[in-house]
Amino acid sequence: MQMTGAEIFVKALADLGVDVVFGYPGGATINIYDALFKNVKVRHMLCRHEQGAVHMADGYARASGRTGVCLVTSGPGATNTVTGLATAYMDSIPIVVFTGQVPTLLIGNDAFQEADIVGISRPCTKHNYLVKETKDLARIIKESFYIASTGRPGPVLVDMPKDVLIASARYELPKEASLRGYRPTYEGHQRQVESAVRLLLSRERPVVYAGGGIILSNASGELAELSGALSLPVTTTLMGMGAFPGSDPLSLGMLGMHGTYAANMAISHSDVILAVGARFDDRVTGKVSEFAPHAKIIHVDIDPTSIQKNVRVDIPIVGDVKDVLRKMIKLVKGKKEATAFRGKTAAWRGQIASWAKTHPLTYKPSKGKIKPQYVVEQIHKLTKGKAIIATEVGQNQMWAAQFYNYEQPRTFLSSGGLGTMGYGLPAAIGAQVAMPGRLVVDIAGDGSIQMNIQELATAVQYRVPVKVVILNNGSLGMVRQWQELFFDGNYSQTCLPRIPDFVKLAEAYGAKGFRATKPEEVPEVLRKGFAADGPVLIDVITDPGEMVYPMVPAGAGLTEMLLV
Amino acid sequence: MRHTISVLVENEFGVLSRVSGLFSGRGFNIESLCVAETMDAQVSRMTIVTSGNDQIIEQILKQLNKLIPVLKVIDFTGVDTVDRELVLVKVNADGDGKQEVLRLVDIFRARIVDVAPRCYTIEMTGGEGKVLAFLQMLRPMGIREIVRTGKIAVSRGM
Repeated sequence: MQMTGAEIFVKALADLGVDVVFGYPGGATINIYDALFKNVKVRHMLCRHEQGAVHMADGYARASGRTGVCLVTSGPGATNTVTGLATAYMDSIPIVVFTGQVPTLLIGNDAFQEADIVGISRPCTKHNYLVKETKDLARIIKESFYIASTGRPGPVLVDMPKDVLIASARYELPKEASLRGYRPTYEGHQRQVESAVRLLLSRERPVVYAGGGIILSNASGELAELSGALSLPVTTTLMGMGAFPGSDPLSLGMLGMHGTYAANMAISHSDVILAVGARFDDRVTGKVSEFAPHAKIIHVDIDPTSIQKNVRVDIPIVGDVKDVLRKMIKLVKGKKEATAFRGKTAAWRGQIASWAKTHPLTYKPSKGKIKPQYVVEQIHKLTKGKAIIATEVGQNQMWAAQFYNYEQPRTFLSSGGLGTMGYGLPAAIGAQVAMPGRLVVDIAGDGSIQMNIQELATAVQYRVPVKVVILNNGSLGMVRQWQELFFDGNYSQTCLPRIPDFVKLAEAYGAKGFRATKPEEVPEVLRKGFAADGPVLIDVITDPGEMVYPMVPAGAGLTEMLLV
Repeated sequence: MRHTISVLVENEFGVLSRVSGLFSGRGFNIESLCVAETMDAQVSRMTIVTSGNDQIIEQILKQLNKLIPVLKVIDFTGVDTVDRELVLVKVNADGDGKQEVLRLVDIFRARIVDVAPRCYTIEMTGGEGKVLAFLQMLRPMGIREIVRTGKIAVSRGM
């Protein structure tokens, strides 16, 4: 059956099971918008800025595990997606971004609203396409979803010239995508796995270092099973929050720059590290030459480029972490070696417990000023730890990671790799669209929230009931903290004198606004805000002097922590 | 250490920018890069000469493999290969120098492909050492311009 490119686009999305597209129309995509108008299967949500649209697709993907979809026009529409693409690329999030393009004959002519988005997005996508003929469109759409969601996931961009959308072709959506240059390795090499287990069992001070790969691979169950079988202590990265239950006695919490004392000490004194789905980022390792000096390292990752990149690894295993963890479980579960191992590592667990006891995550409570950590604790208490938490970037992000005990995967949505301010609100909206029944909270700062505050309009228009809690310290807190510690307290350009009035702003958008200014008001204001219908913005006036601890200064080793 | 890497890629739009962008974006070196179609018109071969320590070379090979249009990556280090480069050189040729240039062309089995009143254009192919030696010998004559293709390589035997 002959169809226009625009019709093929909409039908292909419907046939691939896409239920929602986050986007913004324009001249180059107007034919698609006409086709969408006539289609009932694919719902489109109109954002207020293309960056917001990509983060929504990203939040949708992180919360649900399904591929997020975004549709924007050419030129500025396309360039506005770049930060969102880079965010998803750094955190390996499956999204497909479709951009309109000027007609094929005008490409390269500096036409109106033309940008070489394939060139611009090349280094921040897993792959990208320029569709040259209408007959290729359905196949390319199929391939783009396949590439985005398999192997190490990531964003894919598809650029579609206007004439390709207008011309007609037969609609043929391939059943399978097949790319001879793309064959991810899912199965870990059995003998490598066996050597890894042998090494692990031969040591006395083990730690599991688990990253976002556990969540992407839906391997939390396997991680818990392996940890349980061998009583292995587990620390997670920021991206791995929720991959291992925070309340498990074997959980050490987060490691790295703002990690827990116990996690950083355990890594630094361990004699074997099992790294799974993590990539030894500089915020995790601190000074690389001082990272885990006594440890042999086993590294499991689906992406071979992550292995041997930042640290030398003793046993590399390329494969899906779920497959490799299953193989490891099979080798140890119920075996007498496992019992012996649990016995000989008991002293090590005792040592870790004493580190955790002497320096737990903490802060100094205050009678007069609201401490941001207290707010996060109250959110945890009120939501019984069951909310999906999105964060912005900076202090709010670190406190949200430290003081909300994540029990489940896909409940902590944060821009870990790129550190994108303005991520949280649109990501929360996307997550809420994917998970309509859940409570979704964006823990924000007064700086970050203003980078995509316009998406409140989207939330109001579509009645997406996200709750935004602003930890409002009237400053760009994380930069201020560095200025306080390392630049003699010269608060250069980090003061935001509580502008705007967020409650009034929420009301102007048609959302509900609440405010807390004293510690004793916090529980009640949160309760009211979370109970209210529709999108809510809660402005909590916090202590501007509060800092995120522990802190490993940039370039220092992990044991050199500044503590409360 | 220098490495010669042979990369088979899909012969498609934008593949060169993916490869070159990978090198520039990650701070890897390209000393030379040659690309042309293979026997199969849908596949091109890139021959890249690069340098770096073992860890960097490992990353280069892995990152190249990760690109979707890349079909195969071969590091020729430690492999018995034949490698060649084509050089076109414009060199001064007047007075006594003329004879010396002709002698060098003969010794190096090069060819004169263009003649002007005071200048010869010479075509020469050879391995890295031969090219270097030839250019060194010509230098005192006064080289006006050098155009090099960069190295191509193929493994010996079957």
